Amino acid sequence: MLEIKDLAVNYGSITALHDVSLSVAKGDIVTLIGANGAGKSTTLRTVSGLLKAQRGSIRYEGEEISNQPPHRIVARGISQVPEGRMIFANLTVRENLLMGAYLRKDRHKLGAEFDFVFEIFPRLKERAKQVAGTLSGGEQQMLAISRALMSKPRCLMLDEPSLGIAPILVKTIFQKIVEINRSLGITILLVEQNANLALEVSHYGYVLETGRIILHDRSSALRTNEKVKSAYLGGG
Amino acid sequence: MKYRHIKKLALLAAIILSGMASHFSGGINSYYLQIIIFIGINVTLAVSLNLINGYTGQFSLGHAGFMAIGAYVSAYLSTEHSAVLFKALGTNFFSITLLFVAVLMAGGVAASIAGLIVGVPSLRLKGDYLAIVTLGFGEIIRVVIQNTDAVGGPRGYSGIASYTTLFWTYSVAALTIYVVISLIDSTYGRGFLTVRDDEVAAEAVGINTTRYKVTAFVLGAFFAGVAGGLYAHSTTYINPSGFDFQRSIEIVIMVILGGMGSTVGVAFAAILLTLLLEYLRFVAGYEWLPELVRRIAQNRVIIYSLVLIALMLLRPQGLFGRLPRRGIPIGGSTKSAKLPANST
Repeated sequence: MLEIKDLAVNYGSITALHDVSLSVAKGDIVTLIGANGAGKSTTLRTVSGLLKAQRGSIRYEGEEISNQPPHRIVARGISQVPEGRMIFANLTVRENLLMGAYLRKDRHKLGAEFDFVFEIFPRLKERAKQVAGTLSGGEQQMLAISRALMSKPRCLMLDEPSLGIAPILVKTIFQKIVEINRSLGITILLVEQNANLALEVSHYGYVLETGRIILHDRSSALRTNEKVKSAYLGGG
Repeated sequence: MKYRHIKKLALLAAIILSGMASHFSGGINSYYLQIIIFIGINVTLAVSLNLINGYTGQFSLGHAGFMAIGAYVSAYLSTEHSAVLFKALGTNFFSITLLFVAVLMAGGVAASIAGLIVGVPSLRLKGDYLAIVTLGFGEIIRVVIQNTDAVGGPRGYSGIASYTTLFWTYSVAALTIYVVISLIDSTYGRGFLTVRDDEVAAEAVGINTTRYKVTAFVLGAFFAGVAGGLYAHSTTYINPSGFDFQRSIEIVIMVILGGMGSTVGVAFAAILLTLLLEYLRFVAGYEWLPELVRRIAQNRVIIYSLVLIALMLLRPQGLFGRLPRRGIPIGGSTKSAKLPANST
């Protein structure tokens, strides 16, 4: 569904990604793990058009999408949940969700989408009229995910969904991510520092180190890989 | 009655009221009349700048530049090119109205083209950098006018017909408020708020932030241009130094004082500040006051600084800032809240 080939991205004179190649199969949860600064978020932000690629290609459903503006990419059905829960703090929960459906032509009949996200995250229903800035961290993450779902994406990219959230909520959120993948068939590209959790829920994993992919395999295999275990899973 | 009908009725009422006020304005002392007109013009300027600075979060310091373009374009057209129209239609109420609307629109359009020109390159800049570019732009406009002999250069441009009435001033102010409020309340208009709240998140949900920023500049500049046209046809004499940096700052202070992103607050602050500055002229003349106080009263820049310092200490969000929009309770329980089914 999503094919990235030899992708290179620079921040000024510093190269953040060197020839990253990865592919995401339809219906899978694919995760990118790695240390701080490895280039995980950079990869996602380049796919969603927030960053420009220097070299390489990004193909989505067979079409080249690299270096297109972000709104074009969302319109194609790739939706991103940005790192750090970037919600619109001064808008209400409901308005945030409406903005998620911004590009949809059928904006007047969003009832089903509202029902759907409220079913996944009942907490948001309770707080629909509350200003989003007053939500807790976990609730804001739920809102950010729901907002991304409002555009009815076929591919959802999540950037560090566990960042700064109470451990008990992290579990819930990952369960919901699996639920979204299973019940809606939405393909998910997940960037996560918590490698243990990420490999648990995903089908396939890529390990990034200083802008290069050093390893990729089925998640179950990566979890037992000695190198991954010692470097990222905190095991011996 | 639906909210948007109420808005439309309020607009209509404001226009009718200003028409009536205009009709009976003959008895008002012409000095007071002038101040009342300035208040209306400043409300228009402040509310339109609030669209750029308050709602869209782009810090513009060049509003006087847009105003200058509107003022000069409309004044030039109505002074130099009105003869043709009057020859064809005769000098009557109808032809004057037609001319005035046309030149105001022309001034607004010219200013919005300038808004487009300054808006597009400014998209790459944020915060302070954008402020500097818009400031420089305002100064460029002023210097260009100063060196254009066709409009009097530094001597100023005089002999402009006095067309501005209470009706025109307050109709434009009401229309500006109406347009900005309606825009921000719409789904499309919420895009402006998302650009301000979080640009990256806005892009991530598919909002074309570029278009919103340019739209804010173009629309804000348009109303500033119309306000400039009203100003020129009210004072009948304009000169470049009337549209300097200090004028831009004055409008920015109205926005900050009223509360960024609160149309009502900004309009209120425009009224308050215009009256205050006018009153200070008297204060400067009171012989019984100490010399120092009178000097300060004469110097607007000191007053602005004092107002801003007091504001930052006492009410950093502005007089009307961060009021929950449309009565949404912040942090309140909303369990019984009706959920949207088909509404947008």
